[in-house]
Amino acid sequence: MGAPEKSVQSTTVTPLDRRLLGEFQRAIPLSSTPFADMAAALGVDERAVLARLTRFQADGIVSRVGPVLAPNRVGASLLAAMAIPVAELESVAEVISALSEVNHNYEREHAFNLWFVVTGRDGDHVQEVLTRIETRTGYTVLRLPMLESFHIDLGFDLTWT
Amino acid sequence: MDLTPVDRRLLDEIQGGLPLVHRPYATIGKRIGLGETEVVARLQAMMESGVIKRLGVVVRHHELGYRANAMTVWDIADEKVQEVAARLLRNPAVTLCYRRPRRLPDWPYNLFCMIHGRHREEVLAQIEALKESCDLKDCRHAVLFSKRRFKQCGAHYPLAARTPAPRLESAHAAHG
Repeated sequence: MGAPEKSVQSTTVTPLDRRLLGEFQRAIPLSSTPFADMAAALGVDERAVLARLTRFQADGIVSRVGPVLAPNRVGASLLAAMAIPVAELESVAEVISALSEVNHNYEREHAFNLWFVVTGRDGDHVQEVLTRIETRTGYTVLRLPMLESFHIDLGFDLTWT
Repeated sequence: MDLTPVDRRLLDEIQGGLPLVHRPYATIGKRIGLGETEVVARLQAMMESGVIKRLGVVVRHHELGYRANAMTVWDIADEKVQEVAARLLRNPAVTLCYRRPRRLPDWPYNLFCMIHGRHREEVLAQIEALKESCDLKDCRHAVLFSKRRFKQCGAHYPLAARTPAPRLESAHAAHG
């Protein structure tokens, strides 16, 4: 679990794939047959859309076809950072990654070299997890809650070069 | 909007992803004892209220070849944060922009933005362009490229009171 993930790049992304990934990031139809509707918009067969999405999910290019929930509307989340001596980084990262409340655990190039997001039922749950991390690792956690968001996440523009 | 227990059950059921089948909302409904029409109506309502920011194909940038991502952080006078954020977001390379607290003396930065690119040089060039276009040349800042990814999974909130739904995968993103 603590080992860095290898990225998979076995799937070739075709122009049709780019449309499938690009045009439906923001929304898929809320009809009873969303994939058939997407296929119609792209001028292909529903089976082709389902096959591509299944493949992309298997390869990790698509994490899911589903909802992105607004932070802190249901449950609570917090961005956290730690400054860990390089020799201990992997073992500390492993302890943190093992917690089910942690997602997005990255090494970054800075004195604060370990960055992760903690999610929980509510703020107290998140704080309890952070305290547990501090106790278990012996290092303090920098707590960086979001105070203001300047962008509604509308997905990533796949066409810019 | 307050979420009902049924809404929470529904979110819990779909937060890992819709089933890739002909009528996914009907399939989801069957699992939790709701009709297809009601599933769609509840999702629609949660999108309108903003609980669900979007319902779509969630793409992982890294796997698509956008391998460099730099969290770029700035120390901006509090009264100027909104104005600077608006200018940063005019550049399409900037995907997210948040105000967070400074934690002095260790952490003097209060404006965070995420910049994605295919490689390091592309990201650095974007940052130089931003400094120019947003008048930030003299602004204290730091560029934190990601190195190793130890874990990346969708925020999985424990929503329903019972045991959490099984995770479909071990990976995705959205900064809280």
